[in-house]
Amino acid sequence: MTRQMTGAKMVVQALIDQGVEVVFGYPGGAVLPIYDEIFQQNHIKHVLVRHEQGAVHAAEGYARSTGKPGVALVTSGPGATNAVTGLTDALMDSIPLVVLTGQVPTFMIGSDAFQEADTVGITRPCTKHNWLVKDTDKLAPTLHEAFHIATSGRPGPVLIDIPKDIQFANGTYADKAKRRSHYSPQVKGDIETIQELARAMETAKRPIFYTGGGVINSGPGASQLLRELVEATGFPITSTLMGLGCYPASGDKWLGMLGMHGTYEANLAMHDCDLMINVGARFDDRITGRVDAFSPKSKKAHIDIDASSINKVIRVDMPILGDVAHVLEDLLKVWKANGRKTDKDGLSKWWKKIEGWRAEDCLGFEQTGPVIRPQHAISRLEALTKDHDRYITTEVGQHQMWAAQYMGFEAPNRWMTSGGLGTMGYGVPASIGVQMAHPDALVINVAGEASWMMNMQEMGTAMQYRLPVKQFILNNERLGMVRQWQELLHGERYSSSWSEALPDFVKLAEAFGAKGIKVDDAADLDEAIAEMIAYDGPVILDCLVEKHENCFPMIPSGKGHNEMLLANAKTQGAITATGAVLV
Amino acid sequence: MAALKIKKGATSHSAYDLRSHFSDVIERHTLAVIVENEPGVLARVIGLFSGRGYNIESLTVAEIDHEGHRSRITIVTSGTPQVIVQIKAQLGRIVPVHEVHDLTVEGASVERELALLKVRGQGDHRVEALRLADIFRASVVDSTLESFVFEITGTPEKIDAFADLMRPLGLQEVARTGVAALARGEVAHG
Ligand SMILES: Cc1cc2nc3c(=O)[nH]c(=O)nc-3n(C[C@H](O)[C@H](O)[C@H](O)COP(=O)(O)OP(=O)(O)OC[C@H]3O[C@@H](n4cnc5c(N)ncnc54)[C@H](O)[C@@H]3O)c2cc1C
Ligand SMILES: Cc1ncc(C[n+]2csc(CCOP(=O)(O)OP(=O)(O)O)c2C)c(N)n1
Repeated sequence: MTRQMTGAKMVVQALIDQGVEVVFGYPGGAVLPIYDEIFQQNHIKHVLVRHEQGAVHAAEGYARSTGKPGVALVTSGPGATNAVTGLTDALMDSIPLVVLTGQVPTFMIGSDAFQEADTVGITRPCTKHNWLVKDTDKLAPTLHEAFHIATSGRPGPVLIDIPKDIQFANGTYADKAKRRSHYSPQVKGDIETIQELARAMETAKRPIFYTGGGVINSGPGASQLLRELVEATGFPITSTLMGLGCYPASGDKWLGMLGMHGTYEANLAMHDCDLMINVGARFDDRITGRVDAFSPKSKKAHIDIDASSINKVIRVDMPILGDVAHVLEDLLKVWKANGRKTDKDGLSKWWKKIEGWRAEDCLGFEQTGPVIRPQHAISRLEALTKDHDRYITTEVGQHQMWAAQYMGFEAPNRWMTSGGLGTMGYGVPASIGVQMAHPDALVINVAGEASWMMNMQEMGTAMQYRLPVKQFILNNERLGMVRQWQELLHGERYSSSWSEALPDFVKLAEAFGAKGIKVDDAADLDEAIAEMIAYDGPVILDCLVEKHENCFPMIPSGKGHNEMLLANAKTQGAITATGAVLV
Repeated sequence: MAALKIKKGATSHSAYDLRSHFSDVIERHTLAVIVENEPGVLARVIGLFSGRGYNIESLTVAEIDHEGHRSRITIVTSGTPQVIVQIKAQLGRIVPVHEVHDLTVEGASVERELALLKVRGQGDHRVEALRLADIFRASVVDSTLESFVFEITGTPEKIDAFADLMRPLGLQEVARTGVAALARGEVAHG
């Protein structure tokens, strides 16, 4: 069926046809026709954010917590440029987004018109794909194609720039089914390599699963298959920051997160393994440390849907191009058909070794006295919220790492964090996006005070839409992660890493109409957290913590996994000159 | 993405063994990239090379199938073997890219470039220029009493050689198209 309608109406119609329920956005001259159409319908809910960066991060939070694409709508010029950080964030973390921008009318493009920016030019490197639509008849197919591209293969953000005259003009609406695209990434892995991997699993003495965000991207089915494979083989498993929840933290094969701030046991197991099975992770520099010291004794398999992730950083022996769920299904089949063999003897020795590393208790800490240690704050938050229907977002910094270390994730899509770009200001809007998708869930943003202030205007959005997001601020009055590096690397010269002139967060909460709670004594912590959970509405909990705490374990830049720092005492001269140039 | 088939068992060594074996040798490769002819596609390809720090020695682009909206981009690039593999994979993930072919490794290929050279001179120089043009099978496409414009087709090396010879004879200006390349034999791309 073809129908005539305006471009603006097509936008709304296509969103409806794609099953979109929520759009995060901010209006302006170049998108007014679309806003007018949104006003005249009841299918799609529009959430008015307070800054376009917030719209994109909220869409990311929505997407990551549902597995569906997030949608944002912003105006031309400044609206589009404000969206750039969110787009880059989503590209780095493989989050499916469809971002719609208004553009000056086609006949004014190139004339430096009011609020004109070369949006497709600016966003070309920070989107998976983008389009400028100059013909109303092409609008609907482009919209449908956009959803297809954002969500298939390696997910990512796409952007459609829609000039205002195209929104006003009439054209033919094309149905979803009419999409014609050559874009169809390979999902089935090469069966011969899968067989080779299954054979390697049978004889491995020191195997490990190194899993990542690709498992989450692949959907809940992938996590399910992964769990089955781990239980059946008895192999240990670790995950990147982006993969937390793909295997339950309570599972006994779980070694904790790996990488720069990962656990001792996970990193040493990666270093000493003889078979590394990378499932949807990308050998990020936060994981590998010094590449020539990275897991020197292992054969490596890599399951990834993006050919450019394979052999980019680390050479692998068994590259498997495909979707995690598809490949794991085949792998399980093959391995079971071959008799479910593993080297039991080797494995039990391997686990003994791992238990030895675990005994180091690298995350152990002691809470003594009234000053709250951040690790303690997170541990209590975990204890008091883990039985809730809970979603966690974070900002970026030490608090983010402590949340990753001390919270346990039992299921995928419950943990939203900015990993690849490390965007301070992600957490507040992301928590809003998550809460929109899960109105009855307990949504907590674990924040540092500095990051939190980067997008704190979104508290207004939370108030307007009655989104009871909990802002759990670990307030160390420092740009803590920066301070830590300055301590370890720059002779304790704390250049501009103080959060000075901080607001009174309780009053700030009240100014927004939210609830503010402040806690600065360990004895009162549980009560404060309980109060935060119990309150039916947005809360800012200002948790004053030890100001000079460092985040450990830490693998200093430029060092190998086996050169990890475990605690304060051993940090002198930890980072060498060659390491210092790395980030 | 479908454009690129990763060979299984690309190597049987591990990262550690291979890192030192990671060849530092810079190789020159000619890639044929078949793309959807849509606005911005060239900017995407060029942006990829500049954004990720890859080299472009030559790049040509033209529509090859008007009805099918296909263009062919021929890129001559250089890098270590690992970089070349990355370049191909990165090209393959650009959405409007249909196919990526590495003509340098996929078998024999022919490479040709066209150049126009303006040579100014009198007397012996003029005669010598004409004589050399004849040897190189360059043709005269414009002439005044004091100048020629030669058209020459050949490999980039042949054109380099011709230009070098013309330099002392009064070479003023060169315009080169960049490399166009096809696989030899019956194999067809695009
Ligand atoms: C302050 C700070 C500190 C950090 N410290 C750490 C740390 O200690 N440890 C740590 O792990 N991270 C850390 N990070 C995060 C780090 O920067 C990276 O973001 C993260 O390690 C990347 O995770 P990943 O490898 O799982 O890849 P992702 O970025 O999640 O990429 C997913 C990979 O899977 C592939 N993929 C996607 N979909 C599929 C599919 N359906 N099937 C198959 N493959 C698919 C993609 O192509 C890609 O290669 C830190 C970040 C910050 C900001
Ligand atoms: C937008 C942005 N700017 C700068 C940085 C660099 N940076 C990383 S962590 C950090 C400090 C964060 O401080 P805070 O939010 O208080 O968290 P803490 O580390 O103290 O827990 C900074 C400045 C960043 N990641 N993002």
